[in-house]
Amino acid sequence: MAIQLKDVHFAYPETPDNGVLDIKNWSVSDQEQVFVHGPSGGGKSTLLNLLSGMLNASSGEVTVLGERLDKMNARQRDRFRANHIGYVFQQFNLIPYIGAVDNIQLARQFAKKNTQAALSDEIKSLLSTFNIAESDWQKPVGKLSIGQQQRIAIARAMINKPELLIADEPTSSLDQNNRDNFMSELMALVAEHNITLLFVSHDMALAKRFSRVDALSEINLAEEKS
Amino acid sequence: MFIRLASKSLLNRKGSVLLTIMAMSVSIFVLLAVEHVRSQTKESFNSTVSGVDLIVGARTGSLNLLLYSVFRIGSPTNNIDWETYQNISNNPKVAWAIPISLGDSHKGYRVMGTTADYFKYFSYGSKRQLSFTRGKPFAEVFDVVLGSQVAKKLGHSLGDEIILAHGLGKTSFSLHDNRPFKVVGILASTGTPVDQAVHVSLQGIEAIHRNWQPGVQMLGSSSAAEPLQNLELKPKKITTFMLGLTSRMATFRVQRDINNYRKEPLSAILPGVALSELWQMMGLLENILRLISALILISAFLGLSAMMLTSIKEREREIQLLRVIGAPAFFLFLLIELEALLISFMSMLLGTAGLYLSLIITRDLLSSNFGLHIGLNILSLNNSFLLLLIAGSTMIAAAIPALTVYKSAHRGG
Repeated sequence: MAIQLKDVHFAYPETPDNGVLDIKNWSVSDQEQVFVHGPSGGGKSTLLNLLSGMLNASSGEVTVLGERLDKMNARQRDRFRANHIGYVFQQFNLIPYIGAVDNIQLARQFAKKNTQAALSDEIKSLLSTFNIAESDWQKPVGKLSIGQQQRIAIARAMINKPELLIADEPTSSLDQNNRDNFMSELMALVAEHNITLLFVSHDMALAKRFSRVDALSEINLAEEKS
Repeated sequence: MFIRLASKSLLNRKGSVLLTIMAMSVSIFVLLAVEHVRSQTKESFNSTVSGVDLIVGARTGSLNLLLYSVFRIGSPTNNIDWETYQNISNNPKVAWAIPISLGDSHKGYRVMGTTADYFKYFSYGSKRQLSFTRGKPFAEVFDVVLGSQVAKKLGHSLGDEIILAHGLGKTSFSLHDNRPFKVVGILASTGTPVDQAVHVSLQGIEAIHRNWQPGVQMLGSSSAAEPLQNLELKPKKITTFMLGLTSRMATFRVQRDINNYRKEPLSAILPGVALSELWQMMGLLENILRLISALILISAFLGLSAMMLTSIKEREREIQLLRVIGAPAFFLFLLIELEALLISFMSMLLGTAGLYLSLIITRDLLSSNFGLHIGLNILSLNNSFLLLLIAGSTMIAAAIPALTVYKSAHRGG
């Protein structure tokens, strides 16, 4: 299993009585591509933060790629996230004032895999794969188009060869044409590298590209209670 | 990568960062300037005279006597009879004596009438004797020896003729133009008021004041017309004199004898004791200046801390992104600290460079107007310690925003 949540409960320390997540049992198989949809405020970001180890569950078991995140300390979870999980957001995927190469290199900084010579070749290869012109590699990414930024964001997410890719509404800020290109590139990439994809969006038009579609309201019982 | 990220982040916020750097640079400039000028003044004053056991002048306060006799600051209260000088210098306990006559000037530089013994016995710094870069001590009545700065600034060289002026002003209408002096020697630089002095013989002083009433030349008189051999050039009055004793043990005894001298009221001071009195007086002022500069620096640190804290609010998404790609909370803490340190180092660089430039521009002014010889070696041990202290304080000031980020990262931000 790529993801296994069991009796997971989460509430922010400031409001311990107000549970944000309450998941009895939810899992995602290895290399599965899952589309999760749900309204804003349904605990979507909290779920993704739990799966990436940014937050720790108040109780329950959170297993990602066979590792119990709930048993790890903060530093171990940071390291695990850097090494095994790729992340793409709706926007602000990159640090705007540094170039594409630096953004990707930064992601590698926190992972174990750290050979400078190979890294440089890998970055160049990834940027070329995603059709980023060489003249744009060193430009501050804030000066590039949204479409280019999203493609660089996937390249950054892929640099550490993650086994799990989390995409949080990555197409929301793209137009129809860019969205289709982005989705095609993303699906081809995860298939090619056998990556488990957890794609969260409210755009149901994208659901048809996935083998499995889950509603967050069915996963998170806390939402029902509220 | 870490440093590149921090520096590019600062460049991205160049407006507020630049203002913070300017505020810090100014306060570092003030702090270093106060410390440098303070220590250099002390060093300069302490090294101005050495090996002199007693300084004697007309009855006055010890500080006043020290200031006008050694540092050429202020004015003497009265003159001393030549006979008195001779009586005291003939005391068997006195090894050597240097008479000094002040009151004339040359283009703003003070003229000092003395004897050739001055070049033999006067020492400065760690008992370093005066030396000549060119020429020799004066031998003739109208010979003059210039301090290094006087020669440099006025462009004089050996053989040049100069005119002395009556009084101490930069511009004088009472010139001794009837008796020009010939430059026969130029002293090596000492970093003391000696560099700013024009040295002539006591006979020279006597000769140019021939037929002068106080302050003005008597009408119809022209001493230039009289041949030198006809002139009685024995000095009648001098301003002050320095004494070297045969034994240090005799210092207090000789001092007491001079202070109780019956024929005229005199003061004899120990230069070291008078200097320490001066530092005691200056101590309070020094501490006030230090306190003011420290307060200015603290306000700059608070500004830095506030700027960093505000920037964190603006950079929430960026910090979140760093967390997502695996940056530990401690990395974010260090990133904020590094950014603050880069601002601090840049400010130190600008503050130090600013001070260096200011000293280059003002050192001649300080030297000629106040007798302060301020060196350009800003990075003294004290100032290096201050810079280290600033770096340390920067880390403390940045700890508030850095800890805010650290805590927020731990909460899951």
